[in-house]
Amino acid sequence: MTNDSTLATELKRDLISLFRQNNGILETGSGRILNLYREQAFHDFDRLGIPSTKNEAYRYTPLEKYFQGNYDVELNANPFKYDIESIFKCDVPDLDTHVVLVLNGFYYNGNPAGTLPDGVAVCSLKEASLRFPDVFHKHYSHYADTSTDGLVALNTLFAQDGVFVYIPRDTVMEKPLQVINLSHSLKNLRITRRNLIVAEQNSSASIVVCDHTLCNKSYLTNSLTEVFIGENAGIAFDRLQNENSKSTQINNLFVHQLQSSRFNGNSISLHGGLIRNNFYIRQNGPDCDSNLNGLFLCDDSQHVANFVLVDHASPRGTSNQLFKGILDNDATGAFNGKILVRKDAQKIQAYQKNNNLLLSSAARMNTKPHLEIYADDVKCSHGATVGQLNTEAMFYLRSRGIGEKEARHLLMYAFANEIVSRISIPILKERIIELVEKRLRGELSLCNDCNIHCG
Amino acid sequence: MLQIKDLHVSINGKEILKGIDLEVKAGEVHAIMGPNGSGKSTLAAALAGREMFEVNSGKVTYRGENLLELSPEDRARKGLFLGFQYPVEIPGVSIVNFMKTAINEQRKFKGLEPISASDFLRLMREKKELVGLTTSLTNRSVNEGFSGGEKKKNEIFQMAMLEPALAILDETDSGLDIDALKTVAHGVNQLRRKDNATVIITHYQRLLEYIIPDYVHVLYKGRIVKSSGKELALELEAKGYDWIKGEE
Amino acid sequence: MEEKHDHILKEVTGSEYKYGFFSDIDTETIPKGLSEDVVRLISAKKNEPDFMLEFRLKAYRHWLTMKMPQWAHLTIPEINYQDIIFYAAPKQQASLSSLDEVDPELLRTFNKLGIPLEEQKLLTGVAVDAVMDSISVKTTFRESLAELGIVFCSMSDAIREYPELVKKYIGTVVPYTDNYFASLNSAVFSDGSFCYIPRGVRCPMELSTYFRINAANSGQFERTLLVADDDSYVSYLEGCTAPMRDENQLHAAVVEIIALENAEVKYSTVQNWYPGDKNGKGGIFNFVTKRGICKGDNSKISWTQVETGSAITWKYPSCILRGENTTGEFYSVAVTNNYQQADTGTKMIHIGKNSHSTIISKGISAGHGQNSFRSLVKVVKNADKVRNFTQCDSMLMGDKCGAHTFPYIEVENESAVIEHEATTSRIGEDQIFYCNQRGIDTESAVGLIINGYAREVLNKLPMEFAVEAQKLLAISLEGSVG
Repeated sequence: MTNDSTLATELKRDLISLFRQNNGILETGSGRILNLYREQAFHDFDRLGIPSTKNEAYRYTPLEKYFQGNYDVELNANPFKYDIESIFKCDVPDLDTHVVLVLNGFYYNGNPAGTLPDGVAVCSLKEASLRFPDVFHKHYSHYADTSTDGLVALNTLFAQDGVFVYIPRDTVMEKPLQVINLSHSLKNLRITRRNLIVAEQNSSASIVVCDHTLCNKSYLTNSLTEVFIGENAGIAFDRLQNENSKSTQINNLFVHQLQSSRFNGNSISLHGGLIRNNFYIRQNGPDCDSNLNGLFLCDDSQHVANFVLVDHASPRGTSNQLFKGILDNDATGAFNGKILVRKDAQKIQAYQKNNNLLLSSAARMNTKPHLEIYADDVKCSHGATVGQLNTEAMFYLRSRGIGEKEARHLLMYAFANEIVSRISIPILKERIIELVEKRLRGELSLCNDCNIHCG
Repeated sequence: MLQIKDLHVSINGKEILKGIDLEVKAGEVHAIMGPNGSGKSTLAAALAGREMFEVNSGKVTYRGENLLELSPEDRARKGLFLGFQYPVEIPGVSIVNFMKTAINEQRKFKGLEPISASDFLRLMREKKELVGLTTSLTNRSVNEGFSGGEKKKNEIFQMAMLEPALAILDETDSGLDIDALKTVAHGVNQLRRKDNATVIITHYQRLLEYIIPDYVHVLYKGRIVKSSGKELALELEAKGYDWIKGEE
Repeated sequence: MEEKHDHILKEVTGSEYKYGFFSDIDTETIPKGLSEDVVRLISAKKNEPDFMLEFRLKAYRHWLTMKMPQWAHLTIPEINYQDIIFYAAPKQQASLSSLDEVDPELLRTFNKLGIPLEEQKLLTGVAVDAVMDSISVKTTFRESLAELGIVFCSMSDAIREYPELVKKYIGTVVPYTDNYFASLNSAVFSDGSFCYIPRGVRCPMELSTYFRINAANSGQFERTLLVADDDSYVSYLEGCTAPMRDENQLHAAVVEIIALENAEVKYSTVQNWYPGDKNGKGGIFNFVTKRGICKGDNSKISWTQVETGSAITWKYPSCILRGENTTGEFYSVAVTNNYQQADTGTKMIHIGKNSHSTIISKGISAGHGQNSFRSLVKVVKNADKVRNFTQCDSMLMGDKCGAHTFPYIEVENESAVIEHEATTSRIGEDQIFYCNQRGIDTESAVGLIINGYAREVLNKLPMEFAVEAQKLLAISLEGSVG
């Protein structure tokens, strides 16, 4: 959609000139394929710009104003050094995972290859574009369509680094891979992050992603992850978003599934200034199963928007979406979910649900659960609710001597738990339960033993 | 009334019935027994004309006509009734409405005027009593939210309403407690006449204590492997189906 | 109920669109095309007061600045407004004192449509305003209703005879700037019905308008205004048909309802415009803006629609729930068969405290039909204790059709309870077989199942319409199973 407003034109012009000035630096050290897609992305971004609220998909998310701020751009990896142990501990202390750190969009720490199963590669995207040209050629930018969303084009235009994960056929990664995305700098930063996950036939892996800000600066992050799941392969993807109130995070996740593959995603948005999550799941082969759950907790003037498109392009697939939100103070939330069943994609079962709790008079929620169905032998349903805590349940709890505050908390927690309980890694689940509890109690969801008090 | 000769039926290309021979005469009650997966329900559905069951070869003559050439509704209109094992729910369509439509279709077929409202109500009342169906149930949508027992009673009620010449009752006893079973059996017995016939398909001998069959057939792996009088049911109950399997 | 089904069964076999005939009536038309002069000409033909002409001209000038809306899930061919006749009227004397003056062919036409205009022949309890092309040809029971203080007449008569009432309310619910088709209608509307129910009066009969497009190449742009004063009640019906033609014809109507304190308005529509043939040729483009405002406290507006006709339907009967404790309802059955497209639904705008709304929609798609449900439930900041329940079901018949659901829920008040549910299903082969096994053929089985599926909505229709609607449902789906 073309946007004619002056602000939009200015934003576009600034970003395009930024690209023109730095094209050389962006291309340095990146593989051919990574650079190959910049030209198309350039044209697409030039046409699309930053989506305004006139764009149906962004109707409830006024993004333009968040792009206005004064941000620096880092085009080379940051020389900061961290004690990895402390950060790791901060997140999920007892979680036994392969850990990689990404700092301001750049792959940061060493290669965990020693402990990885044979053939599995986890490295920086930049490095992968040189080391694995075949895999890159086959998958990179094949699932993220730059032609319809300016933010996808923008990400592809500036893509330099991020995490690359490759799981060869018949390989099972027992231990989860944990990706910790950190933002830390002396100035406000605009960050571009690009990840590619390729799980070949019959493979499986569990990936945990945590997003953190480590200081009180403003961040504008445009992150994009492409996930390819080969025949009969399975990917579990758990994400925890916990950034400061000045952060704006745009996340695009493109999942491409082949026959009989499985995707299980859980997205927990604990904290952030503006969080916009776009999930695109395409079932490109028959008998796929996709599950996507989301929980968002927002207060003050935070905004969390989840956009989901589950695209049933093949028969006999199943999908389930459950998104829940709790909104307090002046927070605003949006859910925009769509199930698309294409022609001849018969025997689909697709379900979608969005439930929201409004806790204050100024909080606002907009929800758009959409169905588009072009095949007849399908079972699809969706539901959406906006409401408050059940007053009868409240009374029941209070009549048993539970104080009002505690009763509220109990019910909110029960509401949130329907999502959290779906996280498959037990230790991670416990940790997130703890974080959600603290969040609901209004305590900052910082970890007890974290030594970086960012707020 | 019904003659089946060397009937072969397959579903999705897989042959289920591998040559069935059976003759049912007016006034008779036949029981077809057999273990799960032996083809009992396939036989019932094929006779009723369900399209997904493909008749590969064989002949079925019903009251002198080639049954296999008839559409399902014409088979029904000519007096063939199937009591479904799993009656489907039809939301929003009341039983009253449904039955009235069915009866009038049958009457139209026979060249009769539609039934009058008062006759229909009288018939409903009479047949409801026969199977112990409550009025509240007949005002509800067809099978929607019915318990297993209610669904089966509803099948027998419909059978009573339509007065078929040949009733095929597919696992009418499954999922019923003893009281419901007695009610269902009572209904079937009440409807027995010299000019009609009943085929009871069942896994258990239990129902046959209440509806005494003239013949019992054992269906196994798509063939009738044994036919005898009512004592066969008791023998089967005592020895189990392994006995038949062993005789193979 | 049983009797009705007997009719359906009879009707279902072998009937097509049965209102597709054309009546040879002496018709006065103006030249094709749209301009300021045409707007002035329409106004002049109706001897309208200046305020009405002003309203039309403002609307026309505004319309010129607008673009055809593209957001609906519809494929709409380009419409050439210079190729449409904006005024076509059966020739008759300016005002009719008795039926004798009506062209007998006109009477025959309405008789054939099942709408006799002779009062003694009419179904008791239904007053009819019959609109043919651009004008109202007859309003029945006008006098007996007048005894109760009820005004029920054509819009043209109302503009001349009750200018203050019209001036006070017209354009207050659907302003002339509202949307592309509402602006067009405001500029060129020709006739429609006007109804005013005075304070404390319960209208003793169903009021109805029957819309008939007859002339070729013409569009129909009617405008209906319904005002229910304090403590009043009215139930209003409309029906519509058109001849079968190969070219598309445009119908862009506006309906405005104002419900004052404690008033209740029930508005039912059976829309059966010519849907086009099996290959999608011809049919009416139906772009309608219907909106009511529950202005006074405790008022209620209830929309019920059965949409079986039209090549394209674009229609969202809505409620603005301004008063406290107000109620808005929307019950809809929409069928798209062959190449029909429908994008229909409602908006419930909750402004008043404790306002409640219910939305029940049953969509049925067959053939190559595309059926979309679109809704907005909006709760503004100060609207405390709002309740909404939405149930939206879609049924698909065949693998070439589509069923889509686009609800929007916008909540700015924390005490609201909003629930939305939607399901999609198809007529099960097992359901049809079950009916077959009881001797019911497939076409009848489909009619039976569809009417069962839509029963919740059909039950909301007045008795006289429910029968008609049930038949229609079965007929419009004919040939869709095979």
